Amino acid sequence: MGKSFLSQNPSVLWFLIGLSVFTLVVTLLSEVTGIAFISTSFVKTLGKTLCLCLIAVAMDVVWGYCGILSLGHFAFFGIGGYAIGMWLMYARTEIIVLESLAGQVLPPTPQEVSDAIGTQIFGVVGSSEFPLIWAFADSLALQLLMVVLVPGALALVFGWLAFRSRVTGVYLSILTQAMTLALALYLFQNDSGLRGNNGLSGLQNIPGFEDTSQATISIIFFWASALALGLGYVFFAWVVSGKMGSVIKGIRDNEARVRFLGYHVESYKLFIFTITAVVSGIAGALYYPQAGIINPGEIAPIASIYLAVWVAIGGRGRLYGAVIGAAFVSLLSSWFTGGGAPDVPLGFYTIKWTDWWLVLLGLSFVAVTLFFPKGIGGLFDKLVRKPS
Amino acid sequence: MLRKLLMALALCCAMPALATAQTLQSILQTHSEEVAKPGRRTVGVLLDDLVASELPQAVPFLEAWRDREIVLREDDGLFFRQRDGDLFDLDTGEVVGASDGVALAEARPNGGVRRAIGDVLVQFQLSDPDITKRQAAVDAIARSMDASQLAPLAASVAGEPDPTLRATKERLIGLLQASFAPTADARIQAIADLGSDLSVDTRAVLSKILATEPGVAVTLPEGANIAAILTPGVDLGTDEAYAQLVKASLAPPVTSAADVRRALEANIVDGTVGGLPVATMDTQEARAAAYQVLAEAGTVPPLVTPDDQAAALNAHVFYLSYSEPDVAITDAARASLDAIETKVALSQAADLGLDALSLASIYFLAAIGLAITFGVMGVINMAHGEFIMMGAYTGYVVQLFVPDYTVSIIIALPLAFAVTFGAGVAMERLVIRHLYHRPLETLLATFGISIALQQLAKNIFGTQARPLTSPSWLDGALVFNDVIAISYIRIAIFVLALIFLALIVYVLRRTRLGLEVRAVTQNPGMASSMGINPDRINMMTFGLGSGIAGIAGVAIGLFAQVTSEMGQAYIVQSFMTVVVGGVGSVFGTLAGAGLIGGLQKGIEWLNPSNTLAAQTYMILFIILFIQFRPKGIVALKGRSSAD
Amino acid sequence: MTTLLEVSGVSVSFDGFRAINNLSVQFAEAELRAIIGPNGAGKTTFMDVVTGKTKPDEGRVIWGEKNISLLGMSESEIAMEGIGRKFQKPTVFEDQTVRQNLAMALKNPRGPFAVLWHKRTKANGARIEAIAEQIGLTAQLTRIAGELSHGQKQWLEIGMLLAQEPRLLLVDEPAAGMSVEEREKTTNILREAAKTRAVVVVEHDMEFVRRLGCKVTVLHEGSVLAEGSLDHVTRNQKVIDVYLGRGHA
Repeated sequence: MGKSFLSQNPSVLWFLIGLSVFTLVVTLLSEVTGIAFISTSFVKTLGKTLCLCLIAVAMDVVWGYCGILSLGHFAFFGIGGYAIGMWLMYARTEIIVLESLAGQVLPPTPQEVSDAIGTQIFGVVGSSEFPLIWAFADSLALQLLMVVLVPGALALVFGWLAFRSRVTGVYLSILTQAMTLALALYLFQNDSGLRGNNGLSGLQNIPGFEDTSQATISIIFFWASALALGLGYVFFAWVVSGKMGSVIKGIRDNEARVRFLGYHVESYKLFIFTITAVVSGIAGALYYPQAGIINPGEIAPIASIYLAVWVAIGGRGRLYGAVIGAAFVSLLSSWFTGGGAPDVPLGFYTIKWTDWWLVLLGLSFVAVTLFFPKGIGGLFDKLVRKPS
Repeated sequence: MLRKLLMALALCCAMPALATAQTLQSILQTHSEEVAKPGRRTVGVLLDDLVASELPQAVPFLEAWRDREIVLREDDGLFFRQRDGDLFDLDTGEVVGASDGVALAEARPNGGVRRAIGDVLVQFQLSDPDITKRQAAVDAIARSMDASQLAPLAASVAGEPDPTLRATKERLIGLLQASFAPTADARIQAIADLGSDLSVDTRAVLSKILATEPGVAVTLPEGANIAAILTPGVDLGTDEAYAQLVKASLAPPVTSAADVRRALEANIVDGTVGGLPVATMDTQEARAAAYQVLAEAGTVPPLVTPDDQAAALNAHVFYLSYSEPDVAITDAARASLDAIETKVALSQAADLGLDALSLASIYFLAAIGLAITFGVMGVINMAHGEFIMMGAYTGYVVQLFVPDYTVSIIIALPLAFAVTFGAGVAMERLVIRHLYHRPLETLLATFGISIALQQLAKNIFGTQARPLTSPSWLDGALVFNDVIAISYIRIAIFVLALIFLALIVYVLRRTRLGLEVRAVTQNPGMASSMGINPDRINMMTFGLGSGIAGIAGVAIGLFAQVTSEMGQAYIVQSFMTVVVGGVGSVFGTLAGAGLIGGLQKGIEWLNPSNTLAAQTYMILFIILFIQFRPKGIVALKGRSSAD
Repeated sequence: MTTLLEVSGVSVSFDGFRAINNLSVQFAEAELRAIIGPNGAGKTTFMDVVTGKTKPDEGRVIWGEKNISLLGMSESEIAMEGIGRKFQKPTVFEDQTVRQNLAMALKNPRGPFAVLWHKRTKANGARIEAIAEQIGLTAQLTRIAGELSHGQKQWLEIGMLLAQEPRLLLVDEPAAGMSVEEREKTTNILREAAKTRAVVVVEHDMEFVRRLGCKVTVLHEGSVLAEGSLDHVTRNQKVIDVYLGRGHA
């Protein structure tokens, strides 16, 4: 890395400048400074969008550069969210429980505290016992480690199995989709240990920051998300710029050739699949405290397909394309489905965008695939290249 | 005067019966004393006469009598039924006048008499000329079995004209005898005879005979019919065992952590409890120590330590005893129940096989269209599930216009094929044709179509589920025995799957189209140089695959609900079926459907409460399966064409 | 000369069709060899077996001084052992520059982490320049490979194989679709390469084989029909019958 890397990849520098300016402007216009041009909930939306951009960048590396159309990266995103959600929920419930037990005549024993937390958290699924997977939930450090380790380990095991048996192309896509579906179905069960379809909630309340306003917390997370996106972007730009980039693009374009050159293709795929899964987990861990709630529906295979849609619309094989696609489509989507778009009266029928947005998205996606296979990023390239 | 007239009228009406028998009133007059003041012992004669008379009006009389509606008119000593202020003639059932101003004496049967009346009523009902009434009486007995029913039921068997009902009665007698026969030998015989009957009520009767209750004592009680001796910690949780001891007052209750806390809270003196400061009471150990102090002072009952509990458990014997005291009977029942349960297990396995077969045929139907487009053409169609949905909605729309369900299904099947064939061809022409060499992008483009179609269906038909009603001849199930049964709809789907298997194999192997499809699949360049138009073949193949999805949609809609999201439920399974089976092979798809259907049912059987878990484990299994057979069950070998 | 690769008694069948039938053939170090045979003679399948792409049903494939069996090794392991393979169609990475293509092929550690931390060195740069010189693409180093002509792509691919520094080069129909001058150049590159390593050229263009002027192995229906100089095999009656005979008829 270093100077030579940035000077050889000016787009990375431009991206970092753009991201910094954006972060500062949003901060300035937020409720924190008193200008309050941007509401706290919109700051949260923007922060979440940055996290989505980060996972889109990871998706672009695994798909656009390495040619693996993974329909499972949102599962890693969700796992990251669950991992941090467990600590958030545990720690916050612990505070509430300690407060309520403080009124008791005798000081509470650890067992009483733990039982009360268990009842609070698992009451909805008719249990009060802590499942084994919550063993580290009381420690922020360990749970942060889980954010990285669990998606990484899952990707490593799944990828090892899949790549080893030379499952490629659409087969691999379907297999990753099956993995995601299996995970979602598992989490939907009440005895999964993660509260079934209730998911984890109240994640916007950060333990230890009870006195901090949501406006400030939203800006903190916004900054954290921007920082993660910036670091992730630089990291992946570095990964794909050098010889590693050559090899994985080679794998995308002609796997057999790379193999006969003596490269162990499976190791490379596994490496890319795993590091992108880890980054997806981190993105999820930043996203869900801003969303406030995570449930198994978030992991459903459809979410991962949308991720592919963003990257495709933004433009594969260029990292800024993924960022553009994720930001553009997800913000547009929330504008349309949130009722922001005006209805279109046709006289005999009124188009309500909440109903028709998905139809529009689906069809425009078909159009992008057919007519603009390079996505929005491709148009961008043309504009930049024209003067030269 | 009036009464005589009515009597004459009644006589006219009852002419045929009168030729051989007397009227009800005359019988009642013969036993006037017993009717007016019935007693348990004396009433038998009257009831026997009533049964012997075979008069149809005896039943309503007995019912009225039981319900205390029979009155004696003191003027002439005749009996009537009194209801809503009117008097009714007992033979004709007609109103003879108001009850007001008439001196009446109520005939009030006591409990014993009413039970006797009830038995006779059962007997009457069991011999009623109307088969539905007899059936109802038998059903009533089966619902609540009772020793008293045995005799009337046995008496009615000989005269039962209907062979089916007669068999039912005989079976019921067997069940009653197993529980209520007067001698142990008769019961054992009856129980042994039940050993070949798989029905739920038989199993219930046997289970009831084998009902146990838990017991605990210092030594095993003499004379009790012991089912099992339980070892705490092995057959019985230690906490549960101790709770039994407490309940039987054989041990002091355990002091729970909450009890300790309450006891300590109640004994705080100047910020200390048991001499220890309250602030230190934040561990179980500290609380136990404080409680110990209180216990030694006698303020609270002593703490039951784990050692005490273990000692108490060791000092007692825990057992299950049968409510039925006779060992011979419980042994016989156990033997019969074991024999039945073995057969039930075998039948359940067969039933599971049928279930798996029907699930497999659903998966096959859902996947076979995909096997054609994905397997033969290499085109991945994420909108395949939406084609299934379109087929189902086509069926629903047809039923809106054609109310006859049989006709509507006959119209819906080809129409669904036509609609989805058209949609498939349109999609192939407009989108897929341009993406033949970019399979991943085909996946994404068809996914775009999938979300658009899904939302479109939601906009048109709404989000609530729409019914697709099957014709009534598909209602019900084919029942082999009490355990093995399969609904006709599932059989129909199985047959449909077989038809499609045959049809597709025929089309691909025996027709010109099939030949051309295979030619285009294997070598498009060569095929086109031989005058085959690959464009047309691709279009036809895609249309065929999509059309079959439409038909599968109608079939699936018949037993599942039609929603805009129904396709999503089948798409992943369908892809799995194709991939597991082996891409490009119809028989592979069949094998894949069989494997996945069987597997899913098998896992559900192991863990019946949780279909979600079953699906999770199934997918995990498939991921592992692909490790060992990456090309599926039916792998087409060949020099790969990557270079 | 010592034996570098020994293939003995190898058979491969696909769905009952025997692509290779009890094939035995040997290659020495620093040898130029042509393998000829009609379509379906098993030439490509033979290369698949040697490079580990296809597992044979029976037979042995023995490599090098240590007599290692190549069966059971993966494609990348075999490539690392020193066997390079050129495909029939030119397969270069069309999105990347000629330099990147060659850099990827250079003999260097192949593990993902070594590649991730890989740094450009002067030595590597010099190697790339040398190979570009050898294949005549020095002027094209910064061009995108996809923009090269068909012949240039073939040379680039051969150059990538040379960059791998293999001990055995398997080349599948390198002259297909080339002009006369291009063939001349290709012949020179291959002859040059064969001075330091074994080069096996699969070809069915007789003229090109004659230019190579090397020992020839004739394959037919999956086994060796004849072996020797081109003149020797073309006089063989069996060869004339199954292959040349048809060509002259």
